[in-house]
Amino acid sequence: MLATGVVGAVEDPWIRWSWISGHIPVIRDALTQHIELTVIAVGIGLLIAIPLGLLAWRLRLLRGPVFSVTGILYTIPSLALFAILIPFTGLTVLTAEIGLVSYTLLILIRNIVVGMDAVPLDVREAARGMGYRALAEVLRVDLPLALPAIMAGIRIATVTTIGLVTVTALIGEGGLGSLILDGLIRDFKTPLVVGTLLSVVLAIVADVSLSGVQRLLTPWSRGRSTA
Amino acid sequence: MSFIGQVLQWFLDGSHWQGDFGIPNRLFEHVSMSVESLVAAALIALPIGVTLGHIGRGGNLAINVSNVGRAVPSFALLVIAVQLVGIGFWPAFIALVALGIPPIVTNSYIGMREVDADVREAAKGMGMRDRAVLWQVELPIAAPFLMAGVRTSAVNIVATATLAALVAWGGLGRFIVDGLAQRDTVQLFAGALLVALLSVAVELSLTALQRITTSRGLRNETSIQEVRSTSLSAA
Repeated sequence: MLATGVVGAVEDPWIRWSWISGHIPVIRDALTQHIELTVIAVGIGLLIAIPLGLLAWRLRLLRGPVFSVTGILYTIPSLALFAILIPFTGLTVLTAEIGLVSYTLLILIRNIVVGMDAVPLDVREAARGMGYRALAEVLRVDLPLALPAIMAGIRIATVTTIGLVTVTALIGEGGLGSLILDGLIRDFKTPLVVGTLLSVVLAIVADVSLSGVQRLLTPWSRGRSTA
Repeated sequence: MSFIGQVLQWFLDGSHWQGDFGIPNRLFEHVSMSVESLVAAALIALPIGVTLGHIGRGGNLAINVSNVGRAVPSFALLVIAVQLVGIGFWPAFIALVALGIPPIVTNSYIGMREVDADVREAAKGMGMRDRAVLWQVELPIAAPFLMAGVRTSAVNIVATATLAALVAWGGLGRFIVDGLAQRDTVQLFAGALLVALLSVAVELSLTALQRITTSRGLRNETSIQEVRSTSLSAA
């Protein structure tokens, strides 16, 4: 008995099932917070990206500035962006969300512009010929045709955000990242493995479900390959 | 004094510019760690991507490796590396190399597949051997894609090297991590500015380099735009 106890104390296995069964609520809360942070970030990102993307698509003059600003935001490392915000917004969810939203913008706006640009001129002219006004054409012809590209952007933004949420553990949020940080601080593998695996699984599940949504929304493109 | 004034004063403080804990040394640590990891990642990833693209096999693998790479948080990668090799230089190096490989594999594979089949056939018809087709035709045409992969990796690596301070390595992330630990928002903010500046500088200079590596016959085509669009991924 003593021998196994000593071995157990020295060797830290990659998974200690007893820790998992004793921490189900902690794991569940981390997962829930992870999903919340992600959904809010991508949701707000979309609310900003759709109007900005449409403006950048229509007004070529705006493209340079929009892509430069969102490109710079995208280039700044996540921890640095959070750190820049902390003096102003503190160690709060707001800091985390401003950072996370910033990262979605370039991906979402780029895919909106690329998707809208790819709508064939013939189709747009046909829509005009059928009497569509500008706004109706955008809503009922251009946007639906650009949907595969836009959805591809949402998928990339979502998977990216799920990964970045883990970094927010360093500023007191983190979702599953808090389990990973716990693993680092206590030099204990189980929370690290659980946090990492759940984060990867969450990213894959989100990607697959969004691709399912995309298929439902664009029945005409089924059977053809989409980006 | 205003916050910005305090930050300015931090930068003007001579002691922050000398010794092992000074900005120059931290910058050197950050850059050398990034360069070493990038070189190692490129040495591993370029032959894989180029070979797969050249023989036209393993496309799914080459493309999906990037998607899987995106799903694995770089923070988790770093902490796992600590469990494997302890703290210090090695976990940071291993995590950064692992992070740098997928974009290079994917982009070099895509670049090689983008080479027009007619061009390849013409080269063969002119009597070029397989090796010559690879080195004199395919690689020059694929070069902008190869560079795009290297650039994406470089930007990711420089960004994630910030986290290396968490595993007891240096680099500019030290100011951020110490600032967080000591509740020193001035140091935190100053460090974040330095990291942001370095990242943007790396991105801009590599974009310029990518333009230069584009063969003259290919410049001004849409290819660079397409290259940009295949090379996104965040750190």
